[in-house]
Amino acid sequence: MDWYKIYGLSLRHVYLIKGSFPRILDLIYWPSIQVFLWGFISEFFTVNSTYYSNTVGVILTAAILYDFLFRSSISYNMMFLEEIWSRNFSNLFIAPIKISEIIAALTMTAIFRTLIGLVPAVLLAIPLFGVSIFKLGVPLIFLLTSLYIFGISLGLLVTAGLLRFGPSFENIAWASLFFLAPFGCIYYPIEILPESLQLIAKALPLVHIFEEMRNILINNTVNNLQIFKSVLISLIYFAIGVFVFYLAYYGAKKRGTLINIGE
Amino acid sequence: MNINVKNLSKKFNNYSAVNNINFFLDKNKTLGLLGPNGCGKTTSIGMMLGLITPSSGEVLINNQNVNSASRNDLLSKMNFASPYIELPKKLTVKQNLEIYGRLYGVKNLKDRISEISEDLDLINFLNKKTGELSSGQKNRVSLAKSLINKPEVLFLDEPTASLDPDIGDFVRNYIEAYKKKNNITILLASHNMKEVERLCDTVIMMKKGEIVDRGTCKDLISKHGRDNLEDTFLKIARSNDGLV
Repeated sequence: MDWYKIYGLSLRHVYLIKGSFPRILDLIYWPSIQVFLWGFISEFFTVNSTYYSNTVGVILTAAILYDFLFRSSISYNMMFLEEIWSRNFSNLFIAPIKISEIIAALTMTAIFRTLIGLVPAVLLAIPLFGVSIFKLGVPLIFLLTSLYIFGISLGLLVTAGLLRFGPSFENIAWASLFFLAPFGCIYYPIEILPESLQLIAKALPLVHIFEEMRNILINNTVNNLQIFKSVLISLIYFAIGVFVFYLAYYGAKKRGTLINIGE
Repeated sequence: MNINVKNLSKKFNNYSAVNNINFFLDKNKTLGLLGPNGCGKTTSIGMMLGLITPSSGEVLINNQNVNSASRNDLLSKMNFASPYIELPKKLTVKQNLEIYGRLYGVKNLKDRISEISEDLDLINFLNKKTGELSSGQKNRVSLAKSLINKPEVLFLDEPTASLDPDIGDFVRNYIEAYKKKNNITILLASHNMKEVERLCDTVIMMKKGEIVDRGTCKDLISKHGRDNLEDTFLKIARSNDGLV
């Protein structure tokens, strides 16, 4: 790993973000909208439902964590798509960089993009709705890490699809997270799902992350095993993502698509 | 560095894009790769750059396979410019050169950017976004990117396509002067026959994925009984049998 090169590749995206106010605004806009939307929905639940004793806190925290996952995955896909849209693809792949360095640079820059959007939303939630994700305490670090690894893994799978199928795979990039959301049990406990779907849900780290989030906020206890499971499953998905990405890269070299993917 | 292409072929499904080509390009020489559109030039260059995996055969650069594990060592000594491949449009010229300088591991990058910007007359628009430049300016930036690492092997795909005669001449003069000043092996694909005559030591003519003729420009012109390379190209391209 050559950090000089990884930093160089990361700079490409940092400059892009720094040089475009609409881009920064776009990064901040959606998470903030989520906070507003779910904040109001949550308040409605507080008045009309007794399901949660602390509805605003639980649902809004879930919304923020889900958005963190969404942003990290989309950031990853977006940076890859930027290379395709700008027809810079061949330049990148003839440069003396390893695939692992490309993955490392995208992973590093994705967290930067994600935090630009999320930090204002997290801070906004505190005065507006009295909800702070920091109430999750130290486990928050592990939950965010697990979400980030899973988000990056999804990003890797989608970018592998872009390498395999070209820019036409772009729509899948947008839809991937929405597709998984129902199985993630983000806003409801796993018991709500039919038993057959519970099996699928348990194979995703999301269930373990959001179940644990609810456990901490509602029961005030920490289940370390649940956190460990979520990180472990995320790491397995990450390994699969890296493997599939390499397969797609070598497949693209065979099909000759690296030279004309943006055209 | 030399380039040795051995029995190189590429098939896409049942279509044979490149069929068993062989050539050797000695170090510090310039080879012109000519042929009509779709004859396999870009696919051949793609394989030489390691962007496309050959169906059979190999590309050796200084006796090292371009698809080997040491690919990155080779790539750091090579570069490529083509008007069909762009740099990120929303970044400034300087930012693009900085990024590619880093990717190629260029040391003293600031000095190298200043040097190449001066040589290629980029100083006045270094801080302008690449997407806002004219074709001629973009072309020079692309050339600057391809020379940022002082490559020992340079692949140029139609370096003066879509340029006005003045800027086209500037680019040709620059490449000619750069060749004289530096040890560099160049593979040039071009449809501009005057450019090929001026810059290339030898020429390869491709048609339907195969090499149909080769030699110095003078030899080819006299062999085909024509007055210039353009007429020679037309004769070969329009012949029905393919192989001459």
